[in-house]
Amino acid sequence: MKIDPIHQFNIEPLFTIGHIGNQTIAFTNSSLYMFLSVAVISLLMIGGMAGRQLVPGRLQSIAEISYEFVASTIRSTAGAEGMKFFPLIFSLFMFICISNLIGIIPYTFTVSSHIIVTAALAFLVFFTVLIYGLYKNGFKFFKIFVPSGVPIYILPLVMFIEILSFFLRPVSHSVRLFANMLAGHIALKVFAGFVAMLGVSLGALGWVGGMLPLALTVALTALELLVAFLQAYVFAILTCIYLNDAIHPGH
Amino acid sequence: MAEKSPGTPAKGTGAHTEADGGHGGGFPPFDSSTFASQLVSLAIAFVALYVIVSRFALPRVESVIDARQNAIEGDLAAAQKFKDESDAALKAYETELAAARSRAQAIGSETREKLNAAAEAERKTLEDQLTAKLAAAEKQIAATREAAMSNVRGIAADAAGAIVQRLTGMLPDSKTVSKAVDASLKG
Repeated sequence: MKIDPIHQFNIEPLFTIGHIGNQTIAFTNSSLYMFLSVAVISLLMIGGMAGRQLVPGRLQSIAEISYEFVASTIRSTAGAEGMKFFPLIFSLFMFICISNLIGIIPYTFTVSSHIIVTAALAFLVFFTVLIYGLYKNGFKFFKIFVPSGVPIYILPLVMFIEILSFFLRPVSHSVRLFANMLAGHIALKVFAGFVAMLGVSLGALGWVGGMLPLALTVALTALELLVAFLQAYVFAILTCIYLNDAIHPGH
Repeated sequence: MAEKSPGTPAKGTGAHTEADGGHGGGFPPFDSSTFASQLVSLAIAFVALYVIVSRFALPRVESVIDARQNAIEGDLAAAQKFKDESDAALKAYETELAAARSRAQAIGSETREKLNAAAEAERKTLEDQLTAKLAAAEKQIAATREAAMSNVRGIAADAAGAIVQRLTGMLPDSKTVSKAVDASLKG
């Protein structure tokens, strides 16, 4: 038996939607899980709030807690003005969090394990920051590249670093999420594969020996649950911090 | 990009990933032939999510949270109002009680003074009456005593005159008798 930890990331077209140029646009398993995530979020946020109860039930509590959680994250990092971007950050956080959590279920697909998805989201944030920052502050927006209180003779160097880091933001922003999900799922697959491999190749002894990687798989699954949430949170809070630059330029 | 997925477009991606899958060169996240499909799906899904979240989900949660906040504030305000009312009632009761107590004390002391004064006046008149009666009685007693004494003298003088006449056979001089009686009465 061969362990193939990469197979889980395959994109399988389910049916073709159309063509752009000579590119085939297909509805893939990835698309399926994207829409599944959207459906789950909608169900949670709209179905859960359907009761509009004064004392919330379980589902309504989850919906309200996610609302309050994202809202307080924005308020603490980008201030009250950041609430303009509440729907965007909430959508980003929920989309990443729910799709990551769905991805932990065996035999499912993890949307954010593909660099193109995380990059698209990161560039969405990057351009939102850039366009909103320029629209709101005009040329004052470029003050984010000029930290105050820096001696004039090292200012060019600092500015160079600031500009470089600004344009590298979407890279770090997207690779962080992508790499975390990819590595976590590969590790899970490898350890889970050991269980079956030991069992098949060594028989009864192998099944006993397989308990160790099985326990590790369970522990890793718990860790991945944490990572799934944490990476969504990190993505959201970095978005808030970047937006804070657009709202309040000049450090 | 496009030249990487040859053959029929629909099955091309599938065949490609399957052929190169495993540990070969085709690492699915870097397979650019799938990028367009993913981007289109992501754009549709994310825009749909954004619309759902901004139009329906968040306003709904916000309204529920606001309603709860208002309900809590309203209840707290009502509770505060009731507390204020009960405090005011307690205060009114206490002042009323204090007023009633002082009024009762005033009435009590006033009544006591009135009664004292009345009793004192009555006692005084009684005393006066008694003193007058006592004085009258004493006077009468003195008069009676005087009268009695003078009667006793007369009777004693008569008795003495009679006794002397019996003993001596001759009537004594009334002056001497009364003198002797007086002397013995004094003695």
